Amino acid sequence: MNEFLQLLIVGISQGCIYGLMALGFVMIYKATEMINFAQGDMMMLGSFVAWTLIMDLGIPFWLGVPATLIIMASFGALVDILIVRRVIGQPQFAVIILTLGLGIIFRAAAGMIWGQVPLTIDSPISGSSSFYGIVIGNERLVIIAVTAVLIAILWAYFRYSKWGIAMKAASQNQLAAYYSGIPVRVIISAVWAVAAAISALAGILLAPITLIEPMNGLLGIKAFAAAVIGGFGSMPGAILGGLIVGIIEPFAAAYVPAVKGSLIYVVMLIVLALRPQGLFAQIHKKKL
Amino acid sequence: MNLLEIENLSISFGGVKAVDDVSFVVEEGSVYAIIGPNGAGKSTIFNLLSRFYEPLSGQLNFAGNDLLELRAKDIARLGIARTFQNLELFEHASVLQNLLVGRHVHNSQSWWRQVLFTSSVIEAELEHRRKVEEVIDFLELAHYRNQMISGLPYGVRKKIELARALCIEPKLLLLDEPSSGLNPEETEEMGFWIEDIRRDLNMTVVLIEHDMSLVAEVSDRVLAIVDGKVVTEGDHTFVQSHPEVVSAYLGDVQ
Amino acid sequence: MRILFKTNYKQDLNLAKHGGHRFWYGLLILVLFAAPLILGGYYIGEATRILIYAMAGLGLMVLTGFTGQVSLGHAAFLAIGAYTNAWFLAQGFSSFVALPMAALLSMIGGLLVAIPAARMSGIYLAIATLAFAIIVEDFAGHLNSITGGNRGMMVDVPTLFGYQIWESWELYLFVLSILVVATLAVLNILRSPLGRAMIAVRDSEVSSQALGVNPMKIKVFAFTVSAAITGLAGAFLAHYMSFLTPQIFGILLSIQLLLMIVLGGLGTVHGVFFGAVLIGVLETGISIAKDTLPSSIGGLPGIEPFVFGVILISVIVFEPTGIYGRWIKIRSYMEFFPIYRRKSFKRQRTYLKTERLR
Ligand SMILES: Nc1ncnc2c1ncn2[C@@H]1O[C@H](COP(=O)(O)OP(=O)(O)OP(=O)(O)O)[C@@H](O)[C@H]1O
Ligand SMILES: [Mg+2]
Repeated sequence: MNEFLQLLIVGISQGCIYGLMALGFVMIYKATEMINFAQGDMMMLGSFVAWTLIMDLGIPFWLGVPATLIIMASFGALVDILIVRRVIGQPQFAVIILTLGLGIIFRAAAGMIWGQVPLTIDSPISGSSSFYGIVIGNERLVIIAVTAVLIAILWAYFRYSKWGIAMKAASQNQLAAYYSGIPVRVIISAVWAVAAAISALAGILLAPITLIEPMNGLLGIKAFAAAVIGGFGSMPGAILGGLIVGIIEPFAAAYVPAVKGSLIYVVMLIVLALRPQGLFAQIHKKKL
Repeated sequence: MNLLEIENLSISFGGVKAVDDVSFVVEEGSVYAIIGPNGAGKSTIFNLLSRFYEPLSGQLNFAGNDLLELRAKDIARLGIARTFQNLELFEHASVLQNLLVGRHVHNSQSWWRQVLFTSSVIEAELEHRRKVEEVIDFLELAHYRNQMISGLPYGVRKKIELARALCIEPKLLLLDEPSSGLNPEETEEMGFWIEDIRRDLNMTVVLIEHDMSLVAEVSDRVLAIVDGKVVTEGDHTFVQSHPEVVSAYLGDVQ
Repeated sequence: MRILFKTNYKQDLNLAKHGGHRFWYGLLILVLFAAPLILGGYYIGEATRILIYAMAGLGLMVLTGFTGQVSLGHAAFLAIGAYTNAWFLAQGFSSFVALPMAALLSMIGGLLVAIPAARMSGIYLAIATLAFAIIVEDFAGHLNSITGGNRGMMVDVPTLFGYQIWESWELYLFVLSILVVATLAVLNILRSPLGRAMIAVRDSEVSSQALGVNPMKIKVFAFTVSAAITGLAGAFLAHYMSFLTPQIFGILLSIQLLLMIVLGGLGTVHGVFFGAVLIGVLETGISIAKDTLPSSIGGLPGIEPFVFGVILISVIVFEPTGIYGRWIKIRSYMEFFPIYRRKSFKRQRTYLKTERLR
């Protein structure tokens, strides 16, 4: 029982990270119908930027984190403005290849700038808590708490703020949004910025429990699986998918180690096969 | 004899009835026009006939076949060809290739013969090519034969879509707004072709059309629908003078 | 410009459309077969690698370039082909058994993905193939008894009629012959109803249906052919590498294949070869440049993928038709020299082409 609980909490905390990244996938997808395969690499870059600010330049942690988020948000917007925007209207696979290419570049660049030796950030949160006879690292509890708060903020943002509502409108119908005076291009860049910032936050949260290295970018593929499992059309779905993936992993590793690397992808394939229409729910048949 | 019989056909999208209890029959060898304002449900009728949409209720009968037992890919083989309102050509292929796809239903070569490109495949290909060339001559497309679709002007594309449908050698031809986007000369030309198709190729034609002079010129019978419902049916002078048609059109369509 | 007078339609069915074609392509094949007489062992090895890339790219092109189904997991088929081939050779079978088995098992893998995936639209397929590739890679790491797991597996040399192919030039000729056959098969498909149906499905699935094409069937067919050819390439890759580990077949290899056909020019057989040569030369070029450049640049880890990434993105953004498209433009520039108009190739304005209605 204790072991079960332990694995569950580890899984949930890991799942929060995947969920946050999956959120980035879904936001960008809903706004632009693009799948940003560089999402995981944005997360990885975020943790490196945080490392530079906090460990290298010695900026206090509580200042370094928002600074990282701002830097990464600008970076996300720049990626949209300088590169992604140019391929609008090209076939969807061109866009997929483009973002895959961006991911490769980010990973390679991170390797050139920060090297391949894994880095760590000294986190102000340390130690562990014990309850019900299990011991959990505090960083994991922080991940869960921060994710919960962030979800609440995002929910309120899309519900109440002018920008949030405009973003939602733009993702539902670009043309209509354009005609009703919403600056669609700016909105899309803003979506990229927010998605990048959320990923960077995931990267910072992840830093205390893993090492920071360029290959972390490939975690994006797991987050992508999470987004698919969660339905790819809704933000709550993304978080749910993240949690499912996060929970599957430690349990698979503990009980059926042979499939620990592939189980989530098997689940993803099953989800795909079972509800090929339900996923990407907002795509309709094109008008003939 | 009736070639096409549609009975009590209905479909709804998100609660809105796009086609509502529509019935009509098309006699073999005739030209049948469907008119109605934008969003009346005209194209939806074609899409139902093509089996792209599943009807809520109703019967679709073509030359003794129940279309509802078939799937979209089987419709052409029965002898029903169509064009699309917003052109669905194969953009990154040549005109010739587009037309040859129209011969797909007449292909009977097994896949391994095609991989080996055996002499029977060559024979069949030559036969397809001859048929396609007939259509090319008929619609005067020889000039564009080897050009890519993506570089061609709209009027020509429209003609190519018609040509591709003719390559099926269908019994029934469904034309969704054949004159939209064409200039007056091209529209007149389209009218002549539709007449020729009926007279020389012995095909039955159902067309959706907004251009009333074209409708008057080519059609034997006209069906008017508004908001998915049949308003009236008859010859064009009768339908055009129907008060509901007049009122639906006065506000809506040029 | 060459003006062709067509005496009959049969000419149009020929692979080589006129004497010039026949001469140049004939010469090319001749030179390729004679290459071992001229080139030394190192370059023959490099050339073999390019041919293997081309074979894998040909497989992917059938699926992605001609049928419009993006695969992000073609490395899986390379892996299946490679391991199957190696396993059958290790059991003492000859290449006559091992190679067809490699193609066959790869094909079965392809069917496994294709049958559920054919119902899905483009993006699902990309996702499904990605998942499939990760699963295959993971499996290869766990099936110790067959693949040697993560420790790896030695690959025996190919044998034909009891003759063992040791020399690199022999392997080169073997790969080249199979590649020529595979290319001819693909060219035949392309000039047949099946190939046209593939292009129809790629460009407009709805209207292909209205013309009597069964898109599911065509996609499954394309998938099968694609997997078989890529599986064969995998079998030869095993020989080229002579030692297999699951890590070879990671997602990066899948992306590299995709990169290759995009670079070369999607939707053309020429594109496959342009892409393979370019990637092959680029790899060699980068490794040479790494040695000659000052170590502060050349020695940087990750310079190779970085260059690849930059090229990939530049192609997508600036020249979506790939090298072959660029070549066509240059050629017609020269043919029409004084009267060439930039406009004739002006990219058509594109708009957000969306499948959404709302
Ligand atoms: N796939 C679909 N999903 C949702 N609604 C649809 C779909 N297809 C058609 N409709 C709706 O059904 C109604 C009828 O559309 P249809 O295209 O048949 O009109 P139409 O008579 O062809 O009009 P037009 O003259 O503009 O071509 C419209 O309100 C349209 O929005
Ligand atoms: Mg319509």
